[in-house]
Amino acid sequence: MSETREPRLRRRRMDVKSGRVDLSHGAGGRASAQLIDEIFRDAFSNAWLDQGNDQAAFDVPLVPGGRMVMATDAHVITPLFFPGGDIGSLAVHGTINDVAVGGAVPLHLAVSFIVEEGFPLADLKRIADSMGRASREAGVPIVTGDTKVVERGKADGVFITTTGIGVLAPGVELSGDRARPGDVVLLSGSIGDHGVAIMASRENLGFETAIVSDSAALHRLTAAMVAAGGTGLKLMRDPTRGGLAATLNEIATQSRVGIRIAEEALPIKAQVVAACELLGLDPLNVANEGKLVAVVEAGAAEAVLAAMRADPLGREAVAIGEVIEDDRSFVQMTTSFGGGRIVDWLTGEQLPRIC
Amino acid sequence: MKHVDEYRDGKLARAIAATIAAEADPTRDYAFMEFCGGHTHAISRYGLEDLLPANVRMIHGPGCPVCVLPIGRVDEAIELAKNPDVTLATYADLMRVPGSRGASLIKAKAAGADIRMVYSTLDAIRIAEERPDRQVVFFAIGFETTTPPSAMAVKLAEARGLTNFSIFCNHVLTPSAIRAILEAPKTGGLPPVRIQGFLGPSHVSAIIGTKPYDTFVAEFAQRIVVSGFEPLDVMQSILMLLRQVNEGRTAVENQYIRAVTPEGNRAAQALVDEVFELRDSFEWRGLGAIPHSALRLRERYATFDAERRFAMTPIVASDNPACECGTILIGAKQPADCRLFGTVCTPETPMGSCMVSSEGACAAHWTYGRFRDRARASAGRAAS
Ligand code: SF4
Repeated sequence: MSETREPRLRRRRMDVKSGRVDLSHGAGGRASAQLIDEIFRDAFSNAWLDQGNDQAAFDVPLVPGGRMVMATDAHVITPLFFPGGDIGSLAVHGTINDVAVGGAVPLHLAVSFIVEEGFPLADLKRIADSMGRASREAGVPIVTGDTKVVERGKADGVFITTTGIGVLAPGVELSGDRARPGDVVLLSGSIGDHGVAIMASRENLGFETAIVSDSAALHRLTAAMVAAGGTGLKLMRDPTRGGLAATLNEIATQSRVGIRIAEEALPIKAQVVAACELLGLDPLNVANEGKLVAVVEAGAAEAVLAAMRADPLGREAVAIGEVIEDDRSFVQMTTSFGGGRIVDWLTGEQLPRIC
Repeated sequence: MKHVDEYRDGKLARAIAATIAAEADPTRDYAFMEFCGGHTHAISRYGLEDLLPANVRMIHGPGCPVCVLPIGRVDEAIELAKNPDVTLATYADLMRVPGSRGASLIKAKAAGADIRMVYSTLDAIRIAEERPDRQVVFFAIGFETTTPPSAMAVKLAEARGLTNFSIFCNHVLTPSAIRAILEAPKTGGLPPVRIQGFLGPSHVSAIIGTKPYDTFVAEFAQRIVVSGFEPLDVMQSILMLLRQVNEGRTAVENQYIRAVTPEGNRAAQALVDEVFELRDSFEWRGLGAIPHSALRLRERYATFDAERRFAMTPIVASDNPACECGTILIGAKQPADCRLFGTVCTPETPMGSCMVSSEGACAAHWTYGRFRDRARASAGRAAS
């Protein structure tokens, strides 16, 4: 077997001495992973960070059995306002979701703004109001914050970073390394809506679609799933930057398993397919902001799926595939034609900032 | 979008696959080349290889404009972008293409070069109109389909009196490359391979028609089926090639009657002919220099030619000598046969042309098909 094992990527390390950060380092593909690995993980390394999840779960000292989750997310999207949301609501939803897919109940958010000199106050107010509304609707208040203003040209309008914390119920242990052969992969709804809404709202693309971003807070959906799945719920992830393809590859790599999905099972809106066609994109690589992927034991799949479908944000939930044994950690797809293909990470940057 | 879905019907595809399997003569081996990267993409993206019998093999051809762009031309574009007066307008897929010593446009941009990603030549014209203080250069690349828009942009720039617009022309020609592949055995530069027929790209023939291929039947007893890009088109075209072989025919056939005629689009041909002329020779990455295989601006439009406006000097650079693209592109080897495949050469760090865009043979195999390598390896072991 060893001679047919896929050769491990003998990837050249980054050229830290004279190299520079380029756009591919922010695109959520392999270059991003390399940047995090070789710059940040090397510098910060600890047991929580090294798990490589989108959030960290930790014991609370002095509180026996108490465990919490923490996550943070920076938002640099253009345009700032788009169909279905804006940078403010996105910053609230994104961080709530990172906490929620860790299986936790989100409690509080902190926010920091970097604002460019000359930015219209009306826009800033509109963004702040939208954040306030999103956090009230979610029941997760913004309890602290910070604002910095930089000279014109040193930022692009406004950048927003949000940090969230939440509490974990006893016994909830979700992590990206827990998928096992035989587990079922569930998806909460249609893919590609957010990315396509953003691309369509950039005037220079010159096409219109009726697609709005799916940006939404998923913590009520995840709470229902945690309750229904019990220990059969292995992990949840929200497929944002890099799309469903990146998320499935992360899970396969972290868990050292393969994943096989069926193209025919994937819910994709016709307009999203059409827009991707036009842009030469694969909907599997396009970002989502209100969807999640879950891996569950086969025995728990029915119950979790039913719980998902009972929530407005999981109405279209489906099983899209299964976890298989594969020491190469490939994500494979049976195409609608009955052939097979790999579902790979996105290579490099396809389009400017989407989250 | 009804239109697209009609041509993606899985059941119909399986029916065509069953016909191919039934008609394929088990005592023969069939090897066809899909010339165009778009076809390679459709074949890989939909897993069509799995629908073909084992004795019907598709060879992935060189028809991906990003892939065949030589490193030297990439280096020249990077040099151009470093000129402080220049704004280089380029398609996004050229950004990552590595030049010499790991340089690329995306890195040049990170280091401060003014490079804009555009979706069409018209975007480049618009930048030139909005920024009269900048010299806007459009990085023009592509086969016969993208040439008319470039010609149109040049004429538009002239009509609008734009003195700050030019194009860096890398337009290449499909029939010349097919000829180079067919003549490879004769010239002895590359090992021979028996290709029994070609899938020709329909969008190219929408412009040039099917006539330019007639000579391949007369001179080389070849078969060409001009094929659409939907997976069903591709399956149907493979069946048409297979039937020609079985019936002992050699012909140019047109699967894509939806939009292709023998003569092609005369108006577009005239437009291209007015603005462009043949280069004596042009370097194709992976294939080497091919005579009369590319275009440049005519003298009459010289002021819109970036090569002349900026007195660009040609840069010659070569690929890693271990790269097997040349033999892969003519079907003599497969991507997994290259010892750099998947180790040092991946889509993030391409070492040769076939890995550069997802339409290249190696990248398509890496991105969509490499799960088959183990099966192939164990089948090989079982057989030996
Ligand atoms: S794997 Fe890379 S180096 Fe090898 S033939 Fe393909 S492109 Fe060339």
